[in-house]
Amino acid sequence: MIRQPQLEDKFRIDEKCRYGKFGGRYVPETLMHALLELEQGFKDAINDPSFLHEYHQILHDYSGRPTPVTHCERLSTKIGGAQIYLKREDLNHTGAHKINNAVGQALLARRMGKKRIIAETGAGQHGVASATVAAYFGMPCKVFMGAVDVERQALNVFRMKLLGAEVVPVHSGNGTLKDAVNEVLRYWAANVEDTAYIDGSVVGPHPYPMIVRDFQRIIGDEAREQMIQKVGKLPDAAFACVGGGSNAMGLFTAFLKDPVQLFGAEAGGKGTDTDEHAATLTKGSVGIVHGMKTYLLQDQNGQIIEPYSISAGLDYPGIGPEHAYLADSGRAIYEAITDDEAVDALIELSELEGILPALESAHGLALAMKKTKTMNPNQTVLVCLSGRGDKDVQTILHVMEDRNGGIAQ
Amino acid sequence: MTARMSEYVNKKKDMMFIPFITAGDPNKEATIELALMLESAGANALELGIPYSDPLADGPVIQKASKRALEHGMTLRQAMRLVKEMRDNGLKIPVIIFTYANLLLQLGTDTFFQEAKENEIDGLLVPDLPYEESRALAKTCDEQAISLISLVAPTTSDRRLQAICSEAQGFVYCVSSLGVTGVRKTFHPDVFPFLERVRKVCDLPIAVGFGISSREQVVELEHHADGFIVGSAIVSQIGQRADQLADPKSRHSALNEIKQVLCKSLLIKSIV
Repeated sequence: MIRQPQLEDKFRIDEKCRYGKFGGRYVPETLMHALLELEQGFKDAINDPSFLHEYHQILHDYSGRPTPVTHCERLSTKIGGAQIYLKREDLNHTGAHKINNAVGQALLARRMGKKRIIAETGAGQHGVASATVAAYFGMPCKVFMGAVDVERQALNVFRMKLLGAEVVPVHSGNGTLKDAVNEVLRYWAANVEDTAYIDGSVVGPHPYPMIVRDFQRIIGDEAREQMIQKVGKLPDAAFACVGGGSNAMGLFTAFLKDPVQLFGAEAGGKGTDTDEHAATLTKGSVGIVHGMKTYLLQDQNGQIIEPYSISAGLDYPGIGPEHAYLADSGRAIYEAITDDEAVDALIELSELEGILPALESAHGLALAMKKTKTMNPNQTVLVCLSGRGDKDVQTILHVMEDRNGGIAQ
Repeated sequence: MTARMSEYVNKKKDMMFIPFITAGDPNKEATIELALMLESAGANALELGIPYSDPLADGPVIQKASKRALEHGMTLRQAMRLVKEMRDNGLKIPVIIFTYANLLLQLGTDTFFQEAKENEIDGLLVPDLPYEESRALAKTCDEQAISLISLVAPTTSDRRLQAICSEAQGFVYCVSSLGVTGVRKTFHPDVFPFLERVRKVCDLPIAVGFGISSREQVVELEHHADGFIVGSAIVSQIGQRADQLADPKSRHSALNEIKQVLCKSLLIKSIV
């Protein structure tokens, strides 16, 4: 089944390109032309039924959409609270929700006559998705990745190369995701005429947070309908993990006007009382980074602080501006989940349901497991399982060895 | 506009030389001496860069300078206070603070303008605050007699150019090439038609920056612009001599070396 296009008329954004006081376009003048051109190109595209048809067709034929919703009976019974349902974005081609956005933006790039695509990546998931669609559309692709992350994520680096992409290690700054974002924007400024930048999350200067949200909202649009069909009603609450926040925005957007509580789980790392976390909304303050005004981790002078999380996909010092807006307005609630809580949730889901979630997604699940305890079995919650965990087995192995070692000593 | 900006920039007839250095690179004392040296080498104004952890518009040379300066904890407020010390040591040319938006946001604009007044600062340039995002700041700058320097690029449309130039203050900074700051050997051929487009809609002096490092480039610009900005070419000289500049014993010989290199390569005022 090809779903009806549902992208149009969803600009919840004012004429200054802001969500409340958040968002905007804090970029050098050299990029303004490209951002204005992109905004117009996107508006034209999503008002063109043939563009939307192709987007949905590719996601259907190539990525296997719609992804199912799975009822976790054993997990729900064990917790003894509300019934937990998972939106299975892990079953997408390339193993995560990132492909939804990569397909949309690559189609847009082709429509706008761009010849090459560039992308940034942290753990490598968005890099792999970008390299995949680049191969599919026959476009050359460069993926910027922090030099430290290139070391840490050797497998994904190899996957990207196998898909024909060039991986550019970024040595500036600390050699992590935030520096990869800076570098991809710098490269774009120099090559703006024939190159499209595929932003991986609902972050960056306008119109990116809007574009990524609208290419990810298929997650929530599908899930909302599936829950009504399956359970006969809307879920009482919806949960997702939040780094930049693309899977969460994709899920939340469909439920914003419904009586559904929205919860975002940010990375609490080793605890929000330590310096090692990525809990932007819990511990951050309002500032400007990567072209947007949002909450971010910074020192008193405005220098950006390097975040930490066991999950490379949540290891980001800022957060999408629309999440900052939803948090301030109280429409969505964001809480930090520690490394340990996420790993526990990952193990639980693997053992009880035979589903190995990505460490990122395990943060959303862990928050849902906390909240459902106090709910009753007639209630339902929906969790966005944004990706599969095969990429994380090495990390999890180390954690379990450490835990066992601790006990042995 | 301050009287200094008017005298050294606005009424200037010769080709203006506007150098850029990073505050605190390699330390505070060296920054003061570098400013004085650059004035003696013929600078018409000084761009003082504030180091930032995530400098989006800068290439590797200025990124490294930022890193060196941040190692000693340089901040926007401290950098502004350095200008006062430069003035106490005899600096006369206007000083433009070059800072990324987040540093300004965290200091607060009220504090910024108060410090600007107390420390005799003349201009402000925020590279990641395009026209659309800088309306309120431009108004306050105007009221406070601080020139908010606007950037325009070859990709800026005629309509934007008109809007930006009609409200520009001090001078207009023309980005010579796409991309980030950093030394380039030659200009993109499109730069001259671009400068003509700016000239048509702009009453203020126009200065060209990004990638300028040689006498040949300056000569090429002479009939198209009123000034040129040199950043990375100077900052890389500073980087090569960071240790000597940090040490009071070797500082003066390092300063002299940099001055000689600049005078030779850029056709600026002969060595005093």
